[in-house]
Amino acid sequence: MESNLLFQLIVNGVIVGTLYGVVAMCFVLIYKSTQVVNFAQGEFLLIGAWTCWWLVTSMALPFWIAFPLTFVFMLVFGIVLQMVVLRPLIGEPVISVIMVTIGLSIFFQAVMKSIFGVWAQPFPEIFPVKSVNVLGLQVQPAYLMSLVVSVVIMGLFAWFFKYSRMGLAMRATAFNQQVAQSLGISVKNVFAMAWAISAMVSALAGVVVGMVNGVSSALSFFGIKVFPAVIVGGLDSIVGAIIGGLIIGLLENLAEYADGQYLHLGNLYTVAPFYVLVIILMIKPYGLFGTKTIERV
Amino acid sequence: MSADKNAAPVARREAEGRPVLEVRPVLQVRDVSLGFGGVRALTEVSFEVNKGELFSIIGPNGAGKTSMLNCISGRYHPTSGRVLLNGRDVTDLTPNVRATLGLGRTFQNLALFGHMSVLDNIMVGRHHLLRNNAVTGALYWGSGARREELAHRRKVEDIIDFLEIAHIRKAVAGTLPYGLRKRVELARAMAVEPSIILLDEPMAGMNLEEKEDMARYIVDLNEEWGMTVVMIEHDMGVVMDISQRVMVLEFGRKIAEGLPDEVMANERVKVAYLGIDDDEEAAGESAA
Ligand SMILES: Nc1ncnc2c1ncn2[C@@H]1O[C@H](COP(=O)(O)OP(=O)(O)O)[C@@H](O)[C@H]1O
Ligand SMILES: [Mg+2]
Repeated sequence: MESNLLFQLIVNGVIVGTLYGVVAMCFVLIYKSTQVVNFAQGEFLLIGAWTCWWLVTSMALPFWIAFPLTFVFMLVFGIVLQMVVLRPLIGEPVISVIMVTIGLSIFFQAVMKSIFGVWAQPFPEIFPVKSVNVLGLQVQPAYLMSLVVSVVIMGLFAWFFKYSRMGLAMRATAFNQQVAQSLGISVKNVFAMAWAISAMVSALAGVVVGMVNGVSSALSFFGIKVFPAVIVGGLDSIVGAIIGGLIIGLLENLAEYADGQYLHLGNLYTVAPFYVLVIILMIKPYGLFGTKTIERV
Repeated sequence: MSADKNAAPVARREAEGRPVLEVRPVLQVRDVSLGFGGVRALTEVSFEVNKGELFSIIGPNGAGKTSMLNCISGRYHPTSGRVLLNGRDVTDLTPNVRATLGLGRTFQNLALFGHMSVLDNIMVGRHHLLRNNAVTGALYWGSGARREELAHRRKVEDIIDFLEIAHIRKAVAGTLPYGLRKRVELARAMAVEPSIILLDEPMAGMNLEEKEDMARYIVDLNEEWGMTVVMIEHDMGVVMDISQRVMVLEFGRKIAEGLPDEVMANERVKVAYLGIDDDEEAAGESAA
């Protein structure tokens, strides 16, 4: 009974952890290519989830049309955001840019609340069954979809950066902008592309979580969970982000287990990742996979 | 004045029985000045480089050589003056646009993408020539992407063979010894398929053998590939040996330009560049 619960929590941890990993990966993508710490990453999930929800409920589109449409919208949204808000800030002090992304986060929160209200809205049932049996465990189909989609996304990321022309250009730009430019790469395009991909993929995570928990501003909490994940993995490592996400997902669920079974503190689930964040910052400030050159100021 | 300049490489090629190439300036620099706050890095420098030429810029440290190259490649914006590439005014264009218009360059300090393989480094140089993107890439077999990639691979292989780096194509660039890295950087600049290539101290920090190799590659690049080359170099022996024309900068001003022998004989150059002990210096340099 108890070990069954433990197993269930581990599975949950892996599923939520891959989602954290995907969002963390998106965060690292922006940080690596444009040196911007994006505090509005969680709002990308929120905007994506609300967009898809609106298309499915108000527009009455079938999910399989609404989902890709959400993608296209977020792609355009990411490009416009970069061009209009972030491009003029290139060359400004890091702290100014951080303030702007915090501002964006608050702004998007407010706009979403004013359009869609403050209550969580459930997604209409997308899947015909409530749960499927995997190895004797009852798993929600949305979770299963989440896992599959996350793994596919990670595979596509790997392919994109290893083989595609734009992926190679993005890696080159992340390494040295001036040299990349001298080889004919438009740094502006690379920056816009980074925000576009990041917004699009984060939105995907938002839709998946929205399908399970309903859509509400709580979704943007993912943007905060990303910090322990990227700090564990290293701010500038995409692989690190994925592993960091997994670690945080598992840790949360194990904390819940330990809390529920033995400690009875009540909220270890929420705070455990941040204990880890603090510990990692103290002992290994550049993360498990990050570059050592990141300074502690 | 300008007729003289144009005549020089032609005369030399004719004298050596080499084919006379079309005389057409690939690069025109007109009255370029550049200041950093109070520092005047360049003052009204003008020169032209013709198609097929190997043109060297020399001068003491801090003379403004790298600044000149940066004005040409677009990394710096001249305070005044114009830069023309193949007859087109590129002064207001960004470095990446200039690259796509046929300008390749290497850097004074190592500038390889250290975490990428040699092959990937070179492929980045082909960025603006590759059409394939995420979409056509996904339709890899259906679209022309595969054929396109094969054509690119062949071009890249030609460059790799030319620079004799086939054995390290899969190596991670950052792990290679210095001399090889410089060669890979040249390969990457060639991959852009530029009409002119700017080399900032391609032999700095190399041992004698590496220098000789690099000099040979640059000469072959110029003669066999017909590449127009602008080179900054400190080793006077190499410069005088392989350049067709030389320009001398001092404190941001052009103090001489002409055939290597003419420049060497110039009194101002002797004083400015070779120092007061010019006999000793010159002897030492040519022995090296
Ligand atoms: N980015 C820069 N900012 C300020 N001063 C610079 C910069 N680049 C070059 N300089 C100055 O311009 C002058 C010429 O430098 P440089 O072109 O690098 O000389 P060289 O390559 O001939 O050794 C030097 O006085 C140098 O300090
Ligand atoms: Mg220099």
